[in-house]
Amino acid sequence: MEILISLIKILVVMLVLLTCVAYLVLVERRVSAFIQNRIGPNRVGYKGLLQPVADVLKLFIKEDIVPKLANKPLHRLAPIIAIVVSLSTIAVVPFGDKINLFGYEIKLQIASVNIGILYVLALTGLGVYGIAIAGWASNNKYSLLGGLRSCAQIISYELSMGISIIGVILVTSTLQLDKIVEFQHGWRWLILLQPIGFITFFVAIFAETNRLPFDLPEAEPELVGGYHTEYTGLKFGLFFLAEYANMITGSAIVVTLYLGGWQFPYLQSSGLPEFWTSIIQVGTFAAKVGAVLLFMVIIRWTVPRFRYDQLMDLGWKFMLPLSIANVIVTAFIIYLFE
Amino acid sequence: MAQTKITRTSDLTFWQKLYIPEIIKGMKITIRQMFLPKFTRQYPEERWNPPASFRGRPVLVEENGKERCVACGLCSRVCPALAIEVQASETELNKERYPVKFEINMLRCIFCGLCEEACPEEAIVMSKEYELTFNNQEEAIFGKDKLLISKENLKERLEFLRQYR
Ligand code: SF4
Ligand code: SF4
Repeated sequence: MEILISLIKILVVMLVLLTCVAYLVLVERRVSAFIQNRIGPNRVGYKGLLQPVADVLKLFIKEDIVPKLANKPLHRLAPIIAIVVSLSTIAVVPFGDKINLFGYEIKLQIASVNIGILYVLALTGLGVYGIAIAGWASNNKYSLLGGLRSCAQIISYELSMGISIIGVILVTSTLQLDKIVEFQHGWRWLILLQPIGFITFFVAIFAETNRLPFDLPEAEPELVGGYHTEYTGLKFGLFFLAEYANMITGSAIVVTLYLGGWQFPYLQSSGLPEFWTSIIQVGTFAAKVGAVLLFMVIIRWTVPRFRYDQLMDLGWKFMLPLSIANVIVTAFIIYLFE
Repeated sequence: MAQTKITRTSDLTFWQKLYIPEIIKGMKITIRQMFLPKFTRQYPEERWNPPASFRGRPVLVEENGKERCVACGLCSRVCPALAIEVQASETELNKERYPVKFEINMLRCIFCGLCEEACPEEAIVMSKEYELTFNNQEEAIFGKDKLLISKENLKERLEFLRQYR
């Protein structure tokens, strides 16, 4: 029974995640259009709601071109790594507390591993392999440059990301993501306890997901398309999917760690039936993730791309010391109060 | 290589160096843009009527049921894209000629308007038509049947030419 429930949970989460990815692309296109005083895709279906379907169908029927001098097995492997890594991160994110369905108590999280945060860190670190291998296997200088930039960028930002997470671990004294959410009941959101950690972590998430101020691996004006220059059809589609799935999991993790996850202040004491409490909690989580995603989209059209040296400066001279200072200060405060 | 000193007209203040207040200011602008009126034209439903100065596809002016063109060949000579082909023949009138064949290859035409400027008879002018689609290369060669447009329909352009040329 346990296994069956887990399988159903995986199926549901995957379906929801993939649909969200499709619609995130649409939302991004529409919001970008609004910001640029345009209308955006509004032809397919009611107000353009079927646009993602059309996009995917188009990618399906495109020709799949592999460059003659590419390393074929690796060229094929790279998008698979990218997509597997980005989809499996969601497994440890709790999107609600517990729900009673048909007499079973179901925990709204696929896997409550006790090293949840380490799992997340490990997988985001793995994600760079997809990009770096894609860059190398394409046998194209622009792709290679994109892959190299991605490696350097992720190494530099993973550091400050990991160190800002230490602040969270110090405060909550657990590595388990659902425990961290439980810690943040009421208004004890970690963004209020760890504002500096939140900023460094959030910036690192931008860098990890290759979002605009840090999208150097695929900087169109300089590198054509970066690591996915030589990809067409569904393989390109997989990279695209991985990128947007990364955005969603990234913001889900930001919400879980700093914005209180599924916690809705004062909900537990309001006396609502338990079933509705759970539903509202899941809704809260979705709303928070949506807000963070919208923020990421708006930032894309606000902040121009960093130059490469500025990126490294910001990573090593600013974010890293800041996050280390944050850890030290947090540790001192905790030591003083206990 | 000597290190070049970067000089700014004014140095950034402390708050500006913090990035975050500046990013919030920028976001205010982006969000405000979202609610301004849109510029998009919903094309197939809503078409654009160009002003008289617009250079659409070149057409021949039709007057009293026949073309003004006297088949002098100047337009064909001046055309930088070699898009025009004129074949002259004589009319019954003394010393008068007319084009038996007048073809413009719309795949070659670059809409420069030189033919219009060269024509001594004001017989070829640029129209307002900008919707040109073909399924094959033969279709793109417009003969006299497609090129002849009556004078009344080209009034605006002819007036524009009188005024500004
Ligand atoms: S508009 Fe220019 S290119 Fe076109 S037919 Fe006239 S002279 Fe030739
Ligand atoms: S320049 Fe004018 S008159 Fe001469 S051939 Fe061309 S259209 Fe006819």
